[in-house]
Amino acid sequence: MKTESNLEKILAAGHLAVTSECGPPRGCKPDEVIKKSNYLKGIVDAVNVTDNQTAMVRMSSLAASVIVKQQGLNPLFQITCRDRNRLAMQADIIGAYSLGIDTMLCLSGDHTKFGDHPQAMNVHDIDSIQMIQMVRDMRDKSIFQGGAELKGAPKMFIGAAANPFADPFELRVMRLAKKIAAGADFIQTQCIFNVDKFEKWMEGVRKLGLHKKCYILAGVTPCKSLGAAKYMSKRVPGMDVPQEVIDRMSSVPKDKQAEEGVAICVETIKRLKKVEGVAGFHIMAIEWEEKVEEICERAGLLPRPQV
Amino acid sequence: MITAERKPLEELIEYIKPFKRILLLGCNECVTVCAAGGRKEVGMLASGLQMARLKSGTSVEIQQHTIERQCDPEYVEELASMIDGADAVLSMACGCGVQQIAMRYKDKPVFPALNTKFMGASERQGVWAERCQGCGDCLLGITGGICPISRCAKQLMNGPCGGSTTGKCEISEDVDCAWQLIWDRLKTLGLTERYLDIIPAKDWRTGGGSGPRKIIREDLAE
Repeated sequence: MKTESNLEKILAAGHLAVTSECGPPRGCKPDEVIKKSNYLKGIVDAVNVTDNQTAMVRMSSLAASVIVKQQGLNPLFQITCRDRNRLAMQADIIGAYSLGIDTMLCLSGDHTKFGDHPQAMNVHDIDSIQMIQMVRDMRDKSIFQGGAELKGAPKMFIGAAANPFADPFELRVMRLAKKIAAGADFIQTQCIFNVDKFEKWMEGVRKLGLHKKCYILAGVTPCKSLGAAKYMSKRVPGMDVPQEVIDRMSSVPKDKQAEEGVAICVETIKRLKKVEGVAGFHIMAIEWEEKVEEICERAGLLPRPQV
Repeated sequence: MITAERKPLEELIEYIKPFKRILLLGCNECVTVCAAGGRKEVGMLASGLQMARLKSGTSVEIQQHTIERQCDPEYVEELASMIDGADAVLSMACGCGVQQIAMRYKDKPVFPALNTKFMGASERQGVWAERCQGCGDCLLGITGGICPISRCAKQLMNGPCGGSTTGKCEISEDVDCAWQLIWDRLKTLGLTERYLDIIPAKDWRTGGGSGPRKIIREDLAE
């Protein structure tokens, strides 16, 4: 064990892990974080707290992680390269660990073009792979990125993202290998709707034995409506929502679409459980956290193991 | 080369409003090649400004002149008498040229007629694209001759983000994914295993992180 992270303990014990997501509010509304946390309490092993997702200003991921922690859940603190240089990142990582946050996810971040401050400068002092390296060196070598000794190292369980559906496809397994070489302990993938393509990616992953070097959590998302499915298919960069999913959502009346979305999500998890190398699931029920319990229940992921 | 685009006419009219004698100064280098501030553009802008002033009933005397390089003190020095006869200079050079004039002729107002854009190359007639950010520590030798700093919207040094789709960047279908281009090149060159080498965090001191940069060549400096 490298850390005290609950997620690491679950994974190391060989259980299928479950994580979910809490998007912080766009204002001083701690109650919203508490409300979302309550939906997820006892249901998941860690809760991703997103960092200005879609490049929109929100409550900071560090502050919201602390609120999640205060509710008795395990926050998974997300940091993007878009908003902070290496000084700010390291300061926040030390701060997070000092407040009891021991699990994090290193991301490039959505481009500011998509958000509500397209005028802002994108930082990108370092990239996500260099961030992974930096956090690993802080933890394992007790050094700052600049080389100075770090007294009181943050023992972070280090996560990274992988998108098996982005291009060039042939590079995607190698990109994962590179993240693992940099120090990623676990991976959360982009939402999987195209299971065939995901399985093909996993074949490549197994060929290089990468599933034995790090834990891969398969990302899933329940579609709330046909409109949401179409939006993800057309508007979200790097998402692959096959026509069958759209057709299935449109085959049921509007008031049954949410139910159908949940059913597809549950079926996807059941199918993914059989894929060798999948170590758990990351359920991204965006602004629909109340559904995570039902999804986990129906997918046979409850009760959560105590480790 | 350094690319530039002319500022909107209204902005320039506003700059020169208080003045009667203007030296409109072009530059024969980069801005001539990108058709922003050479002899031809000086002529066109001069007529535009004259017409606008005629309309508003305040005549202006515009002297048109284009020098070899506004960023070179030798050429800028030769302007002394011409600048004496002007109330203000409107420079059609890049930002380097404008500043060279301002530093040499300290009591003369100088205004930029262009917005300096980026270091780029011509893609085809009338189209220029960014190719270099002057990071001061060139990576092209390990990235197949394609620059991820200037051509990736996130300056990713270790591969494409999750938004790369059919060769295009997530920010626009008009922007190529730099990492798709790099990968294609590495494949063509038979160097795909090079992708696995992690490019370490950049030392931005060479890229402006330590303040204004300067090159001093001891063998040439006087």
